[in-house]
Amino acid sequence: MRYDLQVIASWIEPGSRVLDLGCRTGSLLAHLAERKSIIGTGIEIDEDAAGRAIAKGLSVIHGDIYEEIEDYPDNAFDYVILSQALMQVLDPETLIREMLRVGKLGIVSFPNFTHYKNRFQMFFTGRAPMSKELPYEWYNTPNIRVIPIIDFRRFCKHLGVPIVKELALSTHHHDEQGKVINFLPNLFATFGVFMLGQAR
Amino acid sequence: MSAPLTAPVPCLIFSAMSEYVDQIETGESVGLVEKRFFTFGGDEPLELESGRRLGPVTLAYETCGTLNADKTNAILVCHALTGDSHVAGVYSGNEPKPGWWNIMVGPGKPIDTDKYFVICSNVIGGCMGSTGPTSANPATGQPYGASFPVVTIGDMVRAQRHLVDSFGIDTLLAVVGGSVGGMQVLEWSVRYPHRVHAAIPLATTTKHSAQAIAFNEVARQAIMADPKWNRGDYYETGRPEHGLAVARMVGHITYLSDESMRHKFDRRLQDRVELSFDFEADFQVESYLRYQGNKFVDRFDANSFLYLTKAADYFNLENHYGDGSLVAAFSRASCRYLVVSFTSDWLYPTYQSKNMVKAMKKNGLDVSFCEIEAPWGHDAFLLPNKRLSDLLSGFLHKICLHCRIGAHDEI
Repeated sequence: MRYDLQVIASWIEPGSRVLDLGCRTGSLLAHLAERKSIIGTGIEIDEDAAGRAIAKGLSVIHGDIYEEIEDYPDNAFDYVILSQALMQVLDPETLIREMLRVGKLGIVSFPNFTHYKNRFQMFFTGRAPMSKELPYEWYNTPNIRVIPIIDFRRFCKHLGVPIVKELALSTHHHDEQGKVINFLPNLFATFGVFMLGQAR
Repeated sequence: MSAPLTAPVPCLIFSAMSEYVDQIETGESVGLVEKRFFTFGGDEPLELESGRRLGPVTLAYETCGTLNADKTNAILVCHALTGDSHVAGVYSGNEPKPGWWNIMVGPGKPIDTDKYFVICSNVIGGCMGSTGPTSANPATGQPYGASFPVVTIGDMVRAQRHLVDSFGIDTLLAVVGGSVGGMQVLEWSVRYPHRVHAAIPLATTTKHSAQAIAFNEVARQAIMADPKWNRGDYYETGRPEHGLAVARMVGHITYLSDESMRHKFDRRLQDRVELSFDFEADFQVESYLRYQGNKFVDRFDANSFLYLTKAADYFNLENHYGDGSLVAAFSRASCRYLVVSFTSDWLYPTYQSKNMVKAMKKNGLDVSFCEIEAPWGHDAFLLPNKRLSDLLSGFLHKICLHCRIGAHDEI
């Protein structure tokens, strides 16, 4: 399992109710169900990924996260997870507010755009950076948002959403191993993982 | 239908594209099965939703697999509009055509008869062995005909419950069905929430759209406009075959899709190189529909068709159980759901499945949903589809784990 998912999994209390937005084939949900006996649900827009997740015995809705999240009652979940999907979200403010309506806590992970390698690449080549974490050209990337860790913190402040926990990680996104970055995370971390609380 | 009957171009998919699938390679089979009959309500007739009473009631049914000692591995399969109890296997060694869902029900298949005990019964109002308009009215000794009471999906399900009771089964592991069978699945899950662990409604709806009712009405009018229908009293004078065949043609169109018809027929001509300039079946699609209509007449009763389409039209889960609110209706349910729709199904389009999923979610029910990309229209749920097979087997496996049925169980 991806290292950022391992970190997210470590934050989840056993037996809790979890909604995974953009769950792909459900590896995090399957892991949490097996290790932490959670009651999980996933939402996935890709038929093939959603179909594979359901075939694994997971509860998954094939559909769009914006539409599907609307149907859940307030506080229906203990955790709502958005892992490595925020870069592709059209309206992050609405989605994060919805996450914190249906869930008591939200967990968001994303690639840190201002990792030093991206900065160097941009500075020395003058081209839009391509990295292992964001391996696309400008014309074919599904990632419509670039998110530095410090900008995400400012965004949370703007929303009035408290950051309960955060970790900066250095890893490849297919890698199953990584390490926590404490020194200048906005420069040295490849991923940020945040736990958000409900706005007061 | 006066044109000479020409079989369609021989092609597997032609005959497969029907509510009643045949000639599909279906893999290992359950082998020989037997149609049995269960009768109840002799002393105490079934009180129908209409207020009328029906009794005694006979259900034709078949089973595959073995019921385990604690009777926890039973799956009820509900057939679609004009289906029957012959879900899988064959009646005799030389029968060419296995049951209608042989691709899904059998040893090692998604509804695995090595693990599950499968029950499938013909609905009341049908004509495949269960009490319906062709049955003799005990009061007169003559076929009921149009004096048969109008039955509902709820009535069908209540009759099925008597059958399930007769096996001593307290809770069904799952109820599975597509189309009108899916309506029965939904009805089971809401009417008898404590007797169903899981429900799998496929390509179905919680209520017919105006469009669906409209097609059914055209089909019914085709039957009733046939002079031989004779207000439903035709069992001695000859059946309204033309009307029934046209009704089937109309229905059949709704099971296909623009894409599948374009792909299979386009505007190709049937057994000719140029237009006939008369009213012969010029086009392959005409010939195909005539063939399907005429084939249907051999196995189906016109009155039954009227009753079954009416039952489908009357089905309205939100009105019946939720005073117009689907969310309120599903507040009665407690089972796990797997809802499946198909992209090209315009009879029960995906939005209708999404509506039920939405109501289930609002009730905090455990639901999975998948819209399968498939070009064949409404019939897709009966055709071989790896995605559908994988969804069913994975979902049922989870239900088994949840209900602790499996390895330790001596079946």
